[in-house]
Amino acid sequence: MTFEKIRDIIADRSGEDAENITPETEYSALGIDSLTIVEILMDIEDTFGVTVEANSVGKTVGDLAAKVEEAQQ
Amino acid sequence: MGFRILGTGSAVPERVLTNDDLSTMVETSDEWITTRVGVHERRVAVTETTASLAAEASRRALEMSGVSAEELDLILCATITADNVCPTAAGEVQRLLGARCPAFDINSACSGFLFALETAAGFFARGTVKKALVIGAERISKILDWTDRSTCVIFGDGAGAAVLGASEEDHYLASELGTAGGADVIHIPAYEGNSPFRTQPVNERPPVIFMAGQETFRFAVGAMTEHIRSMAEKIGVTPAGIDFVVPHQANLRIIAMASKKLDIPMERFIVNIESTGNISSASVPAALDEANRAGRLKPGDLVALVAFGGGLSSAGALIRW
Repeated sequence: MTFEKIRDIIADRSGEDAENITPETEYSALGIDSLTIVEILMDIEDTFGVTVEANSVGKTVGDLAAKVEEAQQ
Repeated sequence: MGFRILGTGSAVPERVLTNDDLSTMVETSDEWITTRVGVHERRVAVTETTASLAAEASRRALEMSGVSAEELDLILCATITADNVCPTAAGEVQRLLGARCPAFDINSACSGFLFALETAAGFFARGTVKKALVIGAERISKILDWTDRSTCVIFGDGAGAAVLGASEEDHYLASELGTAGGADVIHIPAYEGNSPFRTQPVNERPPVIFMAGQETFRFAVGAMTEHIRSMAEKIGVTPAGIDFVVPHQANLRIIAMASKKLDIPMERFIVNIESTGNISSASVPAALDEANRAGRLKPGDLVALVAFGGGLSSAGALIRW
């Protein structure tokens, strides 16, 4: 569930189709810049109620999902 | 005694600098700047000074107000780019307008106009002024690194002003000022000087704008949403009850995120960043003037002004139009 919600947030912010986003997808492949990362993290705050720092998101969507799951525990 | 806004004015330099112009100077493109920042073009001073822009915006505000320069009891100018350390920009405006009242500058970076408005409110509350001129004026082009594509595409030059008049019914309903520290987030070093006694410079960085984008973005959205929620609560309304928000125009994406968080539709945000860029303390009064002259603001409307910037500073004002 966590991954799917994050995937949808990232699809919305990057303009990429959700079905093209996998845990291995790198941010750079989606044209995501540093401010888009912050936008995604703020959307995640609204959806999951957890705060993830911009410098801890790793390189891939899967890295971010793992970080959010860690923050939820 | 309270006050109300009698008139507004703004002024920009003649020289238009488009994104295409910038793409010949640094590695960037119109598409990149438009989608990442929201700016299409900005104005840059070629012959204009901070004081001349401030004076022009002030003349327009005075004209709309039907107030003469001689009637002014106070001139405050918010700026981080005064032409001189002294005389102040406000002092130069006083001279250029032919006014005789006290005049001084206020520096709280991009939030400066709202800090100046709050300062003026104190003078009205003490009953020591009847007419005040409050200005935000900037020549940011002089403190930019024009080889740094991450900052030089964002900013512009310009000025905005408002003439305030004493009023039994206070139209300044709520206000908030904040300073949060954060020299590592937004930093503009001052001229170092050449004292023979100094053993090391205060700043290693050159005297141009340095900004950490991610931290600024987070701070900006947080400050805007908190000030608006808190001011609305102070007067017993919800953010949805605010008719217009005049935000500091730093980045369209910051405004869009605040709109989403506050659940106030973008149509109720006054946005002119596409043609001005970020003009620091001038951005709120210039956007307010644009909306005012376009007839968007109706008497009785609840208008929230909100700003954030270096300091880190932030401020909000809730005004009954």
